Amino acid sequence: MTTNAVSKCPFTGAPDLAPASHEQQVDVPVLLEDPFEESNLADPHPMHKRLRDADADVVYLPAYDIYAVARYEAVLDTLENWQDYSSAAGVGLSNFNKEEPWRTPSLLLEADPPKHDAPRATLEKILGARQLRRFQTDWTNTAHRLVDGLLTNAQHQTARAIELDAVTEISEVYPLSVFPDAVGLQQGGLDNLLPYGNFAFNAFGPRNRLVTDELDTIGPVMEWVGQQCPRDALNPDSFGGDIWRAADQRNITEEQAPLIVRSLLTAGVDTTVYGISAVLYHLASNPEQYARLREQPQLVRRVFEEALRLESPVQTFFRTTTRKVQIGDTTLPENQKILMFLGAANRDPRRWDNADDFDLDRDPSGHLAFGSGAHQCVGQHVARLEASCVLDALIERVEGIEFAAPPVRKINNTLLGWHSLPLRFIPA
Amino acid sequence: MTAVDNASNSDQLVVTQRLDRSTSVTEFVLERRDRRRLPDWAPGAHIDVVLPSGKIRQYSLCGDRWAPHQYRIAVQRDDLGGGGSVELHTELKPGDTISFGGPRNNFRLAPAQSYRFIAGGIGISALLPMIAQANLLGLEWQLLYLGRNLERMAYQELQERYPERVTVHASQNAGRISIREWLGSPPDDTMVYACGPESLLEALPEACSDLPETTLRTERFTNTMADAIVSSEPYEIKLQRSGRVVEAPGNTSVVDVLANAGVDVITSCSQGVCGTCEVDVLAGEIDHRDAILDDDERATNTCMFPCVSRSLSERLVLDL
Ligand code: HEM
Repeated sequence: MTTNAVSKCPFTGAPDLAPASHEQQVDVPVLLEDPFEESNLADPHPMHKRLRDADADVVYLPAYDIYAVARYEAVLDTLENWQDYSSAAGVGLSNFNKEEPWRTPSLLLEADPPKHDAPRATLEKILGARQLRRFQTDWTNTAHRLVDGLLTNAQHQTARAIELDAVTEISEVYPLSVFPDAVGLQQGGLDNLLPYGNFAFNAFGPRNRLVTDELDTIGPVMEWVGQQCPRDALNPDSFGGDIWRAADQRNITEEQAPLIVRSLLTAGVDTTVYGISAVLYHLASNPEQYARLREQPQLVRRVFEEALRLESPVQTFFRTTTRKVQIGDTTLPENQKILMFLGAANRDPRRWDNADDFDLDRDPSGHLAFGSGAHQCVGQHVARLEASCVLDALIERVEGIEFAAPPVRKINNTLLGWHSLPLRFIPA
Repeated sequence: MTAVDNASNSDQLVVTQRLDRSTSVTEFVLERRDRRRLPDWAPGAHIDVVLPSGKIRQYSLCGDRWAPHQYRIAVQRDDLGGGGSVELHTELKPGDTISFGGPRNNFRLAPAQSYRFIAGGIGISALLPMIAQANLLGLEWQLLYLGRNLERMAYQELQERYPERVTVHASQNAGRISIREWLGSPPDDTMVYACGPESLLEALPEACSDLPETTLRTERFTNTMADAIVSSEPYEIKLQRSGRVVEAPGNTSVVDVLANAGVDVITSCSQGVCGTCEVDVLAGEIDHRDAILDDDERATNTCMFPCVSRSLSERLVLDL
């Protein structure tokens, strides 16, 4: 790890600082961090601390000519203030005002009000908690079948325990066995979903190896995703069908419908895979809390939220200033990228006591793993339902969880998670 | 007004300005005392205003959503109504406080290439943000603004600003007008948005019968809402599963009460928007303040969003 000089010097390099502001030239901490360097992606927490502990709510990162916020309050303010911080110029490093996006921009994630309004209202309704109740029984049964299958067919079975890789045998399996069906996909090819999500979340970062290595193979994957979005590709009794019905009612246009289906396929798979891995990782790391969860199954929801807070599967998103904006003593120029560290905010000691601990006595309300404000994750109830189905099935059949070998990080420009989680399950 | 204004009472709004918009319409500018952001809204939204007397009234938001710390509502004084508008007009002065629920939106502006807006009287207030949005997006639009008496009709300056787009018609001077003729045959991808009294809305399906069925969207501005009085009396929350009973002071959301008693309900947005904290209600009458449930869902009285909502009855039994 490189040691980073945290120098507080008058920052004059920002493009576009209007002459008027010269007199009140402000100081902004300049940090020589590269948040997308692989060592930081694998272990971002030391860097997060340096970012939070810099002398201001906002810092400048010359590595990419961007500003960044990492403290809880500053991240929350930036997320909620869509008037000053636009999503339409892209929520990655690339500024769509200057560069061509790699795909047609999302009508949700990469849109501002008023264009964001209709797609958002439509999805909010379709993915609302009450609408999801119809999946409860089916998703519960699927989770039980998965866990039962693992316990009976495990490759590595000892007298008392089974060993497995929780990433490839649970986290990646469960979402793929419930979510594509719920979206209405019916043509096979589901093995395209994880590479697509992985690429999309890498593409929010710089064009590093993580992006360029995939450029050769991503074409057909994108094509497959595009083919799943038209009305006739989708089972009518599904989220996708609901989206197309909203177009029939003219709440959205026919041109918007397929792109809204695409949003579900981009944002709804990898995120939950990482989310389920996060909660399994923290339960394996805290056996006494797993025991407590088995005694108090009503804690399932809190367990998931606390794991999301600590892990923040979606670590970062960008915004772009719509005008000159003031954060504390710092003036950001117009059309300037600003990076929000959700993961750093979720462990900010200014907001959380013992912020790095997985603690079931804490109230995790207000964590920013799903964002906040106008773009707050519209799929959050889906994520919660999937996770609680898996956890319910697990605590019923598995008495203890422990590591069988050290877990291995997966590297992604935006997502924080695990490539493998070798676990040992002790059946109940 | 004596309402307490503290952090947990974030539904408190202070009147910062009153603007007379016609002989009978006053616009109220509302902000939080600390000028924090208010919950987001989109054209067509309304808030439930809880008046100092405890009366609840619904008013469309007619301001600018790019001013996130401020709501504006336009209130037509109705001396024959239930007293809400008169209370606002005669008693609410700058510096006074009201509380609010929502914003909720049953009248969303759907995407289209052109719009026809039809306002009856104070119904204009719901359409103002729609007109602003159509302008912002550079879309073609026309407004027909109907009323009885020109002096009572607010925001007529629209006609000076957009003479080609706006028709103001007062029946007292000019008799009735044919809406069908005014509509003519609009371009294919047109939507018609109308807000006004029942009598206007009833006439519209017929006037729009040549257009596709999905074209017409309406909202009634009259407050047909039951004249429920919100109580600020203390109430009691029973947690069915644990059997605990918690005393709640009036004017406090259920989450705040439970948190003080050491019972955490997981919340996320704390604004009644995201739906994270939904709980089932087994008995009692709910004072809904969220932005999620529509009127029918509210009426079933079976679930609530405790981060903002509270109790109308003396006792609320929750499935917790
Ligand atoms: C644990 C799992 C998940 C996490 C951590 C997560 C995280 C997030 C975050 C942080 C945002 C905010 C983006 C921003 O502010 O720019 C977001 C937005 C979004 N999420 Fe999720 N998400 C998860 C699951 C899902 C699922 C299951 C779906 C689909 C069913 C989904 C669909 C979306 C969509 C469409 C948006 C864009 C919303 C908008 O811009 O209005 N997400 N998500």
